[in-house]
Amino acid sequence: MTANEQPVIRARSLTKKFGEFEAVRGIDVDVRPGESFGFLGPNGAGKSSTMRMIAGVSPITSGTLEIFGLDPATHGSEIRNRLGVVPQADNLDGELTLLDNLIVYGRYFDIPRAECVSRAKELLDFVQLSDRSSGRVDSLSGGMKRRLTIARGLMNRPEMFLLDEPTTGLDPQARHILWDRLYRLKQQGVTLVLTTHYMDEAEQLCDRLVVMDAGRIVAEGSPRDLITRYSTREVLELRFGAGRNAEYEGRLAGIGDRLEVLADRVLVYADDGEAALREVNVRGLTPESSLVRRSSLEDVFLRLTGRSLEE
Amino acid sequence: MSRDTLLWRVAPPILRSARRPQRVIERNATVYRRTPMVFISGFFEPLFYLLSIRIGFGALIGDVDFAGRAVDYAEFVAPALMASSAMNGAVYDSTMNIFFKLRYSKTYDAMLASPLGAADVALGEIGWAMLRGFMYSISFLVCLAALGMAGSWWILAALPACLLIGMAFASVGMALTTYMRSWADFDWVPAITLPMFLFSATFYPLSSYGGLGWIVQLSPLYHGVALVRGASLGVASWGMLVHVAVLVSLTVVGLSVAARRVETLLLK
Repeated sequence: MTANEQPVIRARSLTKKFGEFEAVRGIDVDVRPGESFGFLGPNGAGKSSTMRMIAGVSPITSGTLEIFGLDPATHGSEIRNRLGVVPQADNLDGELTLLDNLIVYGRYFDIPRAECVSRAKELLDFVQLSDRSSGRVDSLSGGMKRRLTIARGLMNRPEMFLLDEPTTGLDPQARHILWDRLYRLKQQGVTLVLTTHYMDEAEQLCDRLVVMDAGRIVAEGSPRDLITRYSTREVLELRFGAGRNAEYEGRLAGIGDRLEVLADRVLVYADDGEAALREVNVRGLTPESSLVRRSSLEDVFLRLTGRSLEE
Repeated sequence: MSRDTLLWRVAPPILRSARRPQRVIERNATVYRRTPMVFISGFFEPLFYLLSIRIGFGALIGDVDFAGRAVDYAEFVAPALMASSAMNGAVYDSTMNIFFKLRYSKTYDAMLASPLGAADVALGEIGWAMLRGFMYSISFLVCLAALGMAGSWWILAALPACLLIGMAFASVGMALTTYMRSWADFDWVPAITLPMFLFSATFYPLSSYGGLGWIVQLSPLYHGVALVRGASLGVASWGMLVHVAVLVSLTVVGLSVAARRVETLLLK
């Protein structure tokens, strides 16, 4: 970061409490302009609480937080004026058409009506919803609603775009359309900040990310960097049948870099998954099923916390 | 709101943080532009009220004594009904509609993610309820005139009085709505508005209540009825300032509580 390049987000010991419950436990974050930054972690890790504080809709409990160099407690409105937000739960206006959803939202930013209309049409085009512009929000699929929310968040041409779990609950095709649109924004120089619990999403979109668990940051780096540091390129998943996986630990020893025995399967960490599977077969072991896949957040997370994301 | 007016300087701090509540009104207007039937239906309520008096009561009951002069009963009741209709419109809009937007449709969450704040939401919604109520008041006036019950031109002075009533009831309605947890809580709304409608010197003068008159004066609607009636019958008195003060106070308190509660509920 050069001296005159002020971070768009700067958090120090940022903490959020809800009563006795500490959702965010003193995190430090710096996000540079134009960067794509991700918060990764399971549900309840504190990602959404962090995002809400950054979006200026949730007061911080302690620590410091600066967005564009401004304090959200005193300059919330100015900050929000420069932000685009895609919240976790869609809050589109069900009483308005698609086009009016965008126009009305643009008016909240005091953008002249004519300008709102032209931007709204342009953005509906960008998210491939032009043909439904006079339709109702209720008639849209989950993926379309997300795209409309993204279009809405771009009405004020934000300097920074915040997306909380942008593709959760979407089918693969809808996810790919979204990723493509977000990638284009990134290329246009918009700072992207997103939360996700999908590693492939982070890999596609993030230059840099932090892994959060129970309100803390447990690792930080680029997606590649994290996988290299905490996992192998590939993972071989073996299922030997319920309750029997632990028995095989000894017989699998030495295959791949590392073994992880879970209740329902054994994970073999190896750079070449197929080679590891051949070795399993050579040893005469016959799992009920086997699967070679690329390393994911699941694996990084498992390594970092000793827990599975699904638990 | 201009920052050097008296109203601005006496406004509670939370309301002074408002920036552009008119955008909230604009949003609602966009919704209703597509469903104008709501306004047309609002026209029938006063028409039926007035017809019932015109056809029945008026003939049964003679003149009523008001401010030292004899007033035709229809002329006495009509302004009270106009005031009640302003109350009903404001309460309806500020309770059910706002509850839905607050708890279910997340309309305010979206507004608060923009530069708008809690005060914009409160002022905008109440401003809208007031405007909608005002449309009803105008249709009420039209019905009055059409039935030949408008009396004198003084009746036009009843319009600003109805605006005040709408403002006060919308503000208090919204403030109370933020405390409601389920639709069942709305059973309380008619439990409050119906007795107010019946016992706010609506159908007979305050003097008829005898020693219980002071209870009647606790009803906010009583002050509204007194204002509208005084205005439409062309009877001005210093006491009217008290009625205005009561309604303005309710507005300021209701608005502040509503804004504060929106903040507590949504910006946590």
